Amino acid sequence: MEAWFALLVGIFFTVAVYLLLSKSIIRVLLGVAILGNAVNLLIFTGGRLTRGVPPVIPGHQDTLTGPAANALPQALILTAIVISFSFFAFLLVLAWRAYEELQTDNTDEMRVAEPKDEPAPPLGY
Amino acid sequence: MKSVIFRAVAPFLASLMVLFSIFVLLRGHNEPGGGFIGGLIAVSALAIYGIACGVETVRRAIYFHPMAIAGAGLFASAVAGLISIAARVPFMTGLWIYPSVLGVEIPLSTVMLFDCGVYLVVVGAISSVALSLEERGGE
Amino acid sequence: MAASTSPPADLSAALVLDPVASAEWLVILPVAWCLAIGALLVMLRRKIDWHPYIAVLGLAGLVLIDVFLLRHVLASGPLTMVMGRWLPPFGIAFTVDLSGALFALAASVVALAGGIYSLADINDSGRRYGFYPFLMLLMAGVSGAFLTGDIFNLYVWFEVLLISSFGLIVLGSEREQIDGAVKYGFLNLIATTLFLITTGYLYASFGTLNMADIARKAEGLAGTAPLMTLTALFVLAFGMKAAAFPVNFWLPASYHTPRVVVSALFAGLLTKVGIYALIRVTVMLLPLQREELSFVIALVAALTMLVGAFGALAQSDFRRMLGYLVVAGIGSILAGIAVGGPGGIGGAIFYALHSMLVMTALYFASGIAARLGGSFSLSSLAGLYRRHAGFAALTLMLAFAVSGLPPFSGFWPKVMLVKAALDIGAWWLAGALLLTGFLTTVVTGRFFLLAYWRDAGAGEGATASATISPAALLPLTALTVLALAIGLYPEPLLATIQTAATGLAEPSAYLNSVFPGGAP
Repeated sequence: MEAWFALLVGIFFTVAVYLLLSKSIIRVLLGVAILGNAVNLLIFTGGRLTRGVPPVIPGHQDTLTGPAANALPQALILTAIVISFSFFAFLLVLAWRAYEELQTDNTDEMRVAEPKDEPAPPLGY
Repeated sequence: MKSVIFRAVAPFLASLMVLFSIFVLLRGHNEPGGGFIGGLIAVSALAIYGIACGVETVRRAIYFHPMAIAGAGLFASAVAGLISIAARVPFMTGLWIYPSVLGVEIPLSTVMLFDCGVYLVVVGAISSVALSLEERGGE
Repeated sequence: MAASTSPPADLSAALVLDPVASAEWLVILPVAWCLAIGALLVMLRRKIDWHPYIAVLGLAGLVLIDVFLLRHVLASGPLTMVMGRWLPPFGIAFTVDLSGALFALAASVVALAGGIYSLADINDSGRRYGFYPFLMLLMAGVSGAFLTGDIFNLYVWFEVLLISSFGLIVLGSEREQIDGAVKYGFLNLIATTLFLITTGYLYASFGTLNMADIARKAEGLAGTAPLMTLTALFVLAFGMKAAAFPVNFWLPASYHTPRVVVSALFAGLLTKVGIYALIRVTVMLLPLQREELSFVIALVAALTMLVGAFGALAQSDFRRMLGYLVVAGIGSILAGIAVGGPGGIGGAIFYALHSMLVMTALYFASGIAARLGGSFSLSSLAGLYRRHAGFAALTLMLAFAVSGLPPFSGFWPKVMLVKAALDIGAWWLAGALLLTGFLTTVVTGRFFLLAYWRDAGAGEGATASATISPAALLPLTALTVLALAIGLYPEPLLATIQTAATGLAEPSAYLNSVFPGGAP
């Protein structure tokens, strides 16, 4: 089971890296989203998979009785999902603003902050 | 949105969803649910209301600015952790009181305060985003 | 709940049952304080005029808390508090040792200076946008990162400071800022995602996220777990956050775009959080792997220094030049991490603290220079010495400090680093350090000649204001005086840093603080 998940995580990472290497900002953004999901799956697999036994203590008891799924990776992933969701939202808006302001979604052409034809620094005075 | 049916139903639907979100929030202490998911449900209620009746109506209806709501939530969560100073236990330890109102015992805890804080942060932050996006979309 | 049918479980094995001493609250207070003040500011939307004063008071309070924290740690060693009474390694622990307390104090001083400077730099629309709440949340993230004792919690604080820094970097929404923010945002998000990947692997191999627990178990797992992979990934992730050579390009591309005070805070705080995390992980958690990787880190350090120094030499914009100087400083710190030992690590910590103060002050100076001369460009900025000799003197002192010339704060860490590098026979690393120092002197000499000593042409800069607002001059002066004081009388700080470096390399006091009764 873990092996299949490892393979799946590998595919996710491949796709994400491929998209991140692109010039178009929207593709990079999709790459970031997929990267976030790849990491979540990775943590999930890293915590070992146990199927069908949620770590929920019944109402009339104080402790778990049998073996149960590892709850910690789920908590970690929940945190990571919330964070990557908010970052995705922010970057989406940022990319949209960048497209509006700079009139391009090509990262090669985003040179406003570092203009290409800058004059050489003064050599003397 | 011009649909009459939608505009007639939306206020009821939204109020029902807000009610449900509070139910989910309170249920979250021992069962699936909680502040985050409850907050998301409340935001979807506000978003539906906004689509149907306009963003201005929603802003009037929630009275406070969404970011102020989020700030209040963050403050409540921080305070929930700091209450433990008084009890000489570590930060964020769950502390319970059981006041009885009209003969019914009501368990209240710092954990609940924290979760309500999370609820408010989610409602405030995400509705702020959603409402400003809806405003832009209407242009 | 109250009416449970099964007998209650024995909780003494899982919970802290002793009452907590009030001193322990010092660990958590910096974070909780910043969060509470930040939340208060978000709520007070209508009272924008109050924001600066509340924030400056809050930051002053933060400095006080961090001073008390440092004093307490100096007196009685590392301090731990776990969240919600759960014993480590199950509960999230906040643990502060000497290095964490030192970094936290330096960060709060920088933030206070930034808060005061912002009175002159952030106008009404910036306040309405929420500069001060973002500043407080940024400080919550930074303090949390310095004080936490849990790897995943460290990731969460990284994200907290990252999202606040996103808010700060787009403040104003000019075209340049959007451009810079895109590069800053994407690359930093990828860096923290790399950190998260590493955390996932770490958890998969250790089964724990508590730093003390990891430090305990690392040696035993060396044969079976892929610790080299973990260390290399950590170096890459934190190197990207700290702007080390092959992954440094986001920094000079974005640090010159936001408001001056935002650049200053970023230069003082963000890269240093990456450095701190790198020191914590490589020196305390995985020391054997750091030694094996030391050649790679040394190579990266040398290249980072040279890229920074040469990059700074090629710039014609004051703030972009400073961005490259930040990178050069990161290279020097990495050199210390590569060399290791008390000299190397102590030098790295000292250099990081010095760099926090001095780079922030230099960004303030660039802001004041632009206000006086009307531009950041070194081709048109001129005659500043004529206009304000005192300010020119302050800048010259900072220029000496950043180049590592005595008697300023940059001198001693540089001496420590060069000596440590020579001691292990890494003469080329020592050479790179000295060459960088020399090149930095050229860089600072060049901008001082051009912007300060060159005569302004007739009528040039006549529109710019000729006076400096006291709110801008005060933090600049204070930081410069601090740099001078550290340079003239480094002994107490040096001794503290040596203790901190030893505490990182031999973390038994740290482990004892997290697990008081030995192994559970």
